[in-house]
Amino acid sequence: MGEPVVAIVGAGQGGFQAASSLRQEGFGGRVLLFGDEPGLPYQRPPLSKSYLAGDSGRDELWLRPEEFYRKQQIELVTGAPVAAIDRRGRCLRLANGDEIGFDRLVLATGARNRPLPVPGADLDGVLGLRTLADTDLLRQRLDNARDAVVIGAGFIGLEFAAVAGAAGAAVHIVELTPHPMGRVVSPAVSQFYAEAHRGWGSELLLGTGVARILGDNGRVTGVETGDGRLLPADFVLVCIGVVPNTELAAEAGLAVDNGIVIDEFLATSEPAISAIGDCANFPTRFAPVRVRLESVQNAVDQARGVAANIAGKPAPYDKVPWFWSDQGDLKLQIAGLAISCDRHVVRGDPESRSFSVFCYRGGRLVAVESVHRPADHIAARRLLMGDPRLSPDEAADESFDLRAHAARKPG
Amino acid sequence: MPNITYVHPDGARETIDVPVGTSVMRGAILNNVDGIVAECGGEMMCATCHVYVEEAQLPLTPAQSDDEKSMLEFTASERKPTSRLSCQLVVTPEMDGLVVHLPETQV
Repeated sequence: MGEPVVAIVGAGQGGFQAASSLRQEGFGGRVLLFGDEPGLPYQRPPLSKSYLAGDSGRDELWLRPEEFYRKQQIELVTGAPVAAIDRRGRCLRLANGDEIGFDRLVLATGARNRPLPVPGADLDGVLGLRTLADTDLLRQRLDNARDAVVIGAGFIGLEFAAVAGAAGAAVHIVELTPHPMGRVVSPAVSQFYAEAHRGWGSELLLGTGVARILGDNGRVTGVETGDGRLLPADFVLVCIGVVPNTELAAEAGLAVDNGIVIDEFLATSEPAISAIGDCANFPTRFAPVRVRLESVQNAVDQARGVAANIAGKPAPYDKVPWFWSDQGDLKLQIAGLAISCDRHVVRGDPESRSFSVFCYRGGRLVAVESVHRPADHIAARRLLMGDPRLSPDEAADESFDLRAHAARKPG
Repeated sequence: MPNITYVHPDGARETIDVPVGTSVMRGAILNNVDGIVAECGGEMMCATCHVYVEEAQLPLTPAQSDDEKSMLEFTASERKPTSRLSCQLVVTPEMDGLVVHLPETQV
């Protein structure tokens, strides 16, 4: 018998972390990390933030230098898409026909941008933002752009809009729902950010769809909204959410339902195959339903979890979800999941640009959204690890010592 | 280029040339110094780049922001008066010879 082989498909934040954590856990077999993009694994968050703005360079994106993979004996195989999984034979087939056997497989295949199903979406200058290559292209366009249209007011669209506005472009943001970031934040935070973006000079068109994208000679010139308005555009950024990359799993017969279905130990319907990060749909005590989360925290913590499992230290996955978004000079930090919340309590004054919203479901604190209130965010992460026992009145009372409350012994 | 010395919990020392303008965190990552995780990439979100600055050298380091003070509440290893997030220690010529001690664990 040869040494055990762990194959990891996807060399984003999750795949990288799984490989790295396997070594930290003392796993001594082979670790193969397959990525379909060229180059070293890199961090994605700066792509819509500091790297896009030109405040950080390419060297700062790499998760680790090349030497790291050699020293850790992680076999990094980039530019090599995996074509199929042979579940019974425990073998991967690469696009080039090579076959690689595995004992354990980790799917960290991530997600891809949801395409915009309107005429003109294939015009030159209609772009997405997910990869380093996308951002390099956007940076070039941004240098010469006068008019930018952002379709979709989620985290990435709004982060981009703030950078584009600061770079001198006139920005229109078109959002189908009435609420920017409405899927993930409370009405108060959504409203606050809508006003912040207007203050930075963007025009928000809320509750507005896109009828088509207009072009001339194959190049984008504008966007026609659902209500017939024409918005000029040198380029258009489409960020209307993502589709999890589940095809490999589905073709191998694994259960798929808004992501690759995994259990609390991160295993798919095939025990030798796990899934982590953006592509994984999992049960969690932090929500009343199964969830699929798109965040660094989720990718990294699930990667650590799967590495521990493979290394023989299995534990159910139970990490507090957290997120952040940098838009303009505002830092939004979220702890927990604000799903089906029935009560929101504001601590601090939104006018002061420093406040938190405490989100309750059935009387229980389930999420805290903080704008320029890092102390609240940290207290929230601590509180949500256990039983928060924070009443709405306490949350709203700025004289109530959250930090001390969060530091108390559980029980 | 300023020298930064990273001291591991077992006493092993690694001295690295870190360019001015680069953080002590990034200096460690780019040079494979084990013991700094930096999962948020320097956004002051994760507190996994925690170091203890050699006490006598604290005056060489930049002042702590409120954000950093808050995040230091969340370190996996004990917070001490010398605790810093190394992503916030952007190297200056005056920091040549800085010694930072790595904690037992970052997560």
